[in-house]
Parts: sequence; C-alpha cells; structure tokens
Amino acid sequence: MKRSRIFYVNLAFTLLVCAFLIVPIFLSMLAGVTVNFFQGIKSGLTLSWVIEVWSLYADTIFLSLLIAVACLICNLLIGVPAAYVLARKSGRVARMIEETLVLPIAIPGLAIALALIVTYGGIREFRLSWLFILVGHVLYTLPFMIRSVLAVLSSFDFRTLEEGAASLGAGFWKRFRTIIIPNCRAGILAGSLMVVTLSVGEFNLTWMLHTPLTKTLPVGLADSYASMRLEIGSAYTLVFLIMILPLLIALQLYGRPRAAKTTISDPE
Amino acid sequence: MTSDQEVSTSIRLEACAKTFDDGTRALEPIDLEIAGGETVVLLGPSGCGKTTTLRIIAGLEAPDPGGRVLFGSDDVTPLPIESRNVGMVFQSYALFPNMTVRENVAYGLMVRNVPKPERAVRVGEMLAMMHIEELADRRIDQLSGGQRQRVALARAIAVRPRVLLLDEPLTALDASLRERLRIEINDLLRSLGITAVYVTHDQGEAMAIGDRIVVMRKGVVAQIGSPKDIYYRPANAFVADFIGTSNRLTGHLSNGALSFQGGSIPWQRSEAAELTVMFRPQDAEIVAPTEAQIAGRIANVYFLGDRTKIILEAIGQGPIVVETTAQADFVIGSNVGLKINPDRIFEIDGET
Ligand SMILES: Nc1ncnc2c1ncn2[C@@H]1O[C@H](COP(=O)(O)OP(=O)(O)OP(=O)(O)O)[C@@H](O)[C@H]1O
Ligand SMILES: [Mg+2]
Repeated sequence: MKRSRIFYVNLAFTLLVCAFLIVPIFLSMLAGVTVNFFQGIKSGLTLSWVIEVWSLYADTIFLSLLIAVACLICNLLIGVPAAYVLARKSGRVARMIEETLVLPIAIPGLAIALALIVTYGGIREFRLSWLFILVGHVLYTLPFMIRSVLAVLSSFDFRTLEEGAASLGAGFWKRFRTIIIPNCRAGILAGSLMVVTLSVGEFNLTWMLHTPLTKTLPVGLADSYASMRLEIGSAYTLVFLIMILPLLIALQLYGRPRAAKTTISDPE
Repeated sequence: MTSDQEVSTSIRLEACAKTFDDGTRALEPIDLEIAGGETVVLLGPSGCGKTTTLRIIAGLEAPDPGGRVLFGSDDVTPLPIESRNVGMVFQSYALFPNMTVRENVAYGLMVRNVPKPERAVRVGEMLAMMHIEELADRRIDQLSGGQRQRVALARAIAVRPRVLLLDEPLTALDASLRERLRIEINDLLRSLGITAVYVTHDQGEAMAIGDRIVVMRKGVVAQIGSPKDIYYRPANAFVADFIGTSNRLTGHLSNGALSFQGGSIPWQRSEAAELTVMFRPQDAEIVAPTEAQIAGRIANVYFLGDRTKIILEAIGQGPIVVETTAQADFVIGSNVGLKINPDRIFEIDGET
C-alpha cells in the first residue's frame, strides 16, 4: 500500500515536470495556427500564418535542408574513412587526434565561427556563399559522426574480419565496401541522423556565418521573432518542429549505443 | 586459375624471423619444409610464435628482411594475403556477421568473380560436405560454436586454396565437440589432399591430426618429427614434458649400469659419466620388490577407471608416474619394485 502511494506521488511529479516542459511548446505551436493570439483560441484556427511563413521563409527552409544534406555527404566522405583510420592506428598520435576531436564540441559555436571568419573571411565569394556555413557545420558535426562510427568499430573485431576477407582474396576496397561499411551501418546511421539534426537546428555558428542571402531556418526563426508578429514566429516554430521532430525520434531509436549493437546482428 | 589444377602445393620457409615494431622478437630465423599434401602441426606453449609463423605463411605478417616464403616454386614473400590463394580458419572464426551462412561461404567465390550459377553449385557442395545445408540462410549469430566452425571451414575451402591454414580452430569449443570435429577435420584434410598447417597448443590434437609436428619454444623450433618420433624420441626435456607425462632419471654411469637413488638400470648405449634417461608412465610396471632392480614406495594412487595412476617416491630425483591397466590393489606407503620396458627408455638432453 505504502509503496504504491509513493509510486503515484512520483508519477504525478513526473507528469507535472513533463507538462511544465511540453505545455509551452504546445501553446507555441497552437499560437501558430490561431487567428489572433491575444484573443486566444476563440478567434478561430487558421493556416494563413503557416502559409505566410512559407512565402517569407521558404528559401531558409530549403537552404537548411541543402546544407544538412551537403553536410551529411561531407561527413560520410570524411568522417567514416577518418573513423576507420583512427580505429586501425593504435599509436599515441591516433589517440591524441581522437581526443582533439571532442574539442569542437567543447568550444562554443561562436568561437568556431569567429575562427573561420578570421581565417577565410577575406575570400569574398566564399564568405558570401552558403558553402561558408557548410564548412562551419561540417567542422561542428564531424566529431559526432566519427565518434559514432568509432564506437561501432570498437564493438567488433573488424581487423580479424578484414583478415578473413583478405584471406578469401578481397583487396582493400572490396573489404571496405563489403565488410567494414555494412558492419558499421548502425553507427553510420546513428551518426547521420545526429549530423542532420544538428545541422538543421544549428544556430550559434550559423548566426555568425550567415549573410542576408544565406539565412538558415533557425536564423530565420530568430529573425521572425525579432521583427514579425508573434503568430508568424509561432507558425515558424511549428514548421521547424515538424521538420526536426521525426529526426529526433529516429535519433532516439538508433542513436543509443546499445541499440547500435543489436542493429548489427538484427536481420534486416 | 591455374592453381585449381595443382594437386597440392609445398611450402618452404627460409630463414623467416619476426621482430615486431615494438621490438618483440617473436620468431628466431626458422627454416621449414612442408611437402605437398602434408599436414603439419605447429605445437607449443602460449607465446612461442605459432600464430606468428602461420601468419607469415599466410601473408598477414612479413618476415624480417632476409626471410623468404615459397609456395611450390613461387616466391610469395612480397605478395599480400589476398594474392596468395590461401584458405584460413581463424580461432575466432572471423565469420562476417552482415551475411548469411551461404553468403559467407560464397564470399571468396564472389571476390573471384565466379559466375553466379557455378557459385551456387560450389556453395551447395561445400554446405553438403560440412553437413550445414539446413543452416544456409541463418545469420552467423544464430549459430552454435560448432556450427560456426563448420562454416569457417567451408568458407576457407570453397575457393580451393593452395594451402589451408588453421589457427587453433577448436580451442573455443567444449571437449566432446572438439573431439568430434578433430576427427572430421582430420578426415577432411586427408580427403582433400591439401597442404595444411594447423596451429594448436593441445598435444592430443597435434598427435591426432599431424603427419609431422613442429614443436616450438620461445620462437625456436625445438623438434620436428612424426607424432611417434616426438612422443618416444623427444629431442630434449622440454619436448618430453610438453608432449604428455614423462619420467626422468638422472644418474651416474659405471660398469654398464646407470645408478640413481632406488636402484639402477643396465645402460650400454653411451659413455658419459652422468646422464638423463626418460620413459613414459605406461612403459613401466609395478612388481614385487624382489623382482626388480629399482625399488620405491607408493606415494599416491589415482583410480582413473580404465587405468590406475600410481605415484612412486624414493626413486631418482623426483616422483615417478606409472600408469597401469592391472587391477591389483596398490596400497599407499607400501614398498614396491619398478620394472621399465628397456626398449622404451631413451637418453635425453636433461636441460629444461
Ligand atoms: N602484433 C604484435 N606486436 C608485438 N608483439 C607481438 C605481436 N603479436 C605477437 N606478439 C608477440 O610475439 C610472441 C609470439 O606470439 P604468437 O601469437 O605467435 O604466439 P602463439 O604461439 O600463437 O601463442 P598462443 O598459443 O597464445 O596463441 C608473443 O610473445 C607475443 O606477445
Ligand atoms: Mg596463437
């Protein structure tokens, strides 16, 4: 009896905390489809704010998606091989590089952005193009991809598997494609989701690196909060959440290290 | 694919030493000749360089400069493993977890671009041969240890390698399964007629499988010979002790007899003043004290079912082990005589 009362108290408290966190988001999303926020829901529901957001900020949404996809491609091309090389090398240098990889996570985005501007800001075409933001994003997300793939690589004896494949006549690229990549799938998938999510939601770096013509979604969001009606900002939030929530949920499903291990052995 | 037609390839190691990057000297220069179709077992305690030798043959490690590896008349020293056409069975099996049993067995054929229909036929043959047809579509993590072992063997021989290399293939299995698979592997190697190098630290396994055994110790070959040679004519005390139980007697030679504590044996075969001889536990018997030239006392008796193991003291320097199938009652503490089959006593180098 006594234990169950404690249980219900706990449950109530947990629900309360959840409500405290979720209600504002829910209200904000609701505000985005309310005719007049100050009159409340009585004033009726409308999609016109969402449509207006679309007409004003569609290009930021597309740019965000473009950067996220490009960032993912860069991560796959650089991060996966880099993780493989780091996992293969056992020397002190490799361990040091591995440690340094966490640095971009620890350094505030603003500092990275500043460093980029100081270093490459002078190259005008580069500075003005979206590629400038892309470089920032890749720098910021690469450690996540590398760590994710490294974690999977250290969870199985890939060296011996490779030796097995080599004994059967497979050269390096064949082994990489047929053994390493498929067995790292879970890590690559988790890393990819992380990279895309981080890239779509990234604000600090992007805010520093953007130009009026290269605004991403979060930057546009800040812009709309600062200068637009509250309903538009809220509608924008709604759009943002609809984009990023599925990614976050997928990340939860694949991103956990334990889940990563079982997905290796699970049949497709 | 000319190698397909070759019946069997001989292997030759010439002065193959191995020093690892960290300075570990794993192998002193070793020369080894393995005839085509022969099964050679590398045997020795942990860390003696068995795996290193095997990996040099495979092409997974390069020998130190000066060493050469030859397959038949081809010098394969500079070739990486993928160009040597070897079949390899790893202790951990190294099966690909991202593939089914069938895909694992087919991998080498796929790499060699064997056309699909032919590939399917060959994989079918291999699965049938190893009695794992019903497992064809399972994933590796759905297999037992013994089944994995069969898949690993099937995968290695599916490509018809020039030589088959096995690194402690049975160590991860339990005793009864090990026994069964040992027989299967033995039959398989005979029927394929393939040149094979088999690494183990289990002397029973080595005896059962090897045409010849290479006993290694600290990166050096201690002895090469047939199982019988190694067992009955060990080159030194290390080999004698490593292969089964051995009894040693060290004593003084005078007037054609080797005497030690407890008695003496006739010995005409050498002139040294002091020497060591050895014999196996089953080559001696316990008799009445009056019937033998050696007398000792029973220190312990172990009944092993089909035989009895008796430990004698007060003979030579250490305890003497005798195994007998006799059903007599052996009383601890009683004085007995020891009779050694004179044909089974050998002089050995007493240094350990
Ligand atoms: N990559 C390596 N780097 C440094 N030293 C190594 C390396 N591989 C093996 N060694 C050392 O070389 C020696 C021989 O190793 P090897 O693996 O050949 O022994 P083994 O006879 O196969 O032993 P086991 O029965 O334990 O498998 C050992 O002392 C080992 O520590
Ligand atoms: Mg070994």
